[in-house]
Amino acid sequence: MADDPVSVTVNGEPRQVAMSATIADLVAAMSTAGSGIAVAVNDEVVPRGRWPSRRLHDRDRVEILTAVQGG
Amino acid sequence: MADDPLVLAGERFHSRLIMGTGGAPGLDILERALVASGTELTTVAMRRVDPRMHGSVLDVLSAHGIRVLPNTAGCYTAAEAVLTAQLAREALGTNWIKLEVIADERTLLPDPLELVDAAEQLIDDGFVVLPYTNDDPVVARRLERLGCAAVMPLGSPIGSGLGIRNPHNIDLIVEQSQVPVILDAGIGTASDAALAMELGCDGVLLASAVTRAREPARMAEAMRRAVQAGRLAHLAGRIPRRWYAQASSPRDGRATVG
Repeated sequence: MADDPVSVTVNGEPRQVAMSATIADLVAAMSTAGSGIAVAVNDEVVPRGRWPSRRLHDRDRVEILTAVQGG
Repeated sequence: MADDPLVLAGERFHSRLIMGTGGAPGLDILERALVASGTELTTVAMRRVDPRMHGSVLDVLSAHGIRVLPNTAGCYTAAEAVLTAQLAREALGTNWIKLEVIADERTLLPDPLELVDAAEQLIDDGFVVLPYTNDDPVVARRLERLGCAAVMPLGSPIGSGLGIRNPHNIDLIVEQSQVPVILDAGIGTASDAALAMELGCDGVLLASAVTRAREPARMAEAMRRAVQAGRLAHLAGRIPRRWYAQASSPRDGRATVG
């Protein structure tokens, strides 16, 4: 039960993650860059210091952004 | 011109040319152009991470000691722009934001109502806000009164290369502003950048004119020199325009014939 998957949206794509998964796990799966990344869950920024403890809940909308060429 | 810095929110910049990074065909070409431009402040956009991405524009900027200025490009509402700015602050560790809230894809013109709303929220949240705005003196004044650290009117639509379509409005904005005025968007070639500075703008922000030029690094150098030349011309004070000629050689003492 503890590791039943939860359904979340990550950067606009549906995704199943383990219930024990944290933001830190998700970021590690999405990017190898150690810095320059920010995360919002349900339109609220989650500071980097809280990534290891913040678990994902069903229907969370996660945005993981970085800097690219632009402007 | 080391004694004539651009001061933005208390920070001094010896280059008055702010560069964008969009449109460059590759990071190596971008890097050479940024170095040739002499810029000390350069914009980046915030986008979803791409797991396949390797090499970052941030590495290029940090390698040359260029300060990063995140933007909110692609945002259509104040809410989108505020969240993007907050993400940029978290990702890049800067509370500076080039605020861009556009109205539609075809013109990329700023939406002044959403822009003012976003600026107010971000200033309340402790951001140093540098707003990309229309060449409308009234909106520029509103943005300054809200506490924006500069106003950045467009010369013409982003990427159009049409230059400064309404120099009179830029003149009015320069005249009324107590914060720096940065001409942002529409620059096509070096003379456009020089004109912006001659009009009294404190700086120029451009990307496409360099990154999409046939030779980006060479155009970057042209822009660096144009901004410096325009600044010098502005400080020196141009002569008034006259309807008829005015001889510069003395009338007296000419040789006579016959």
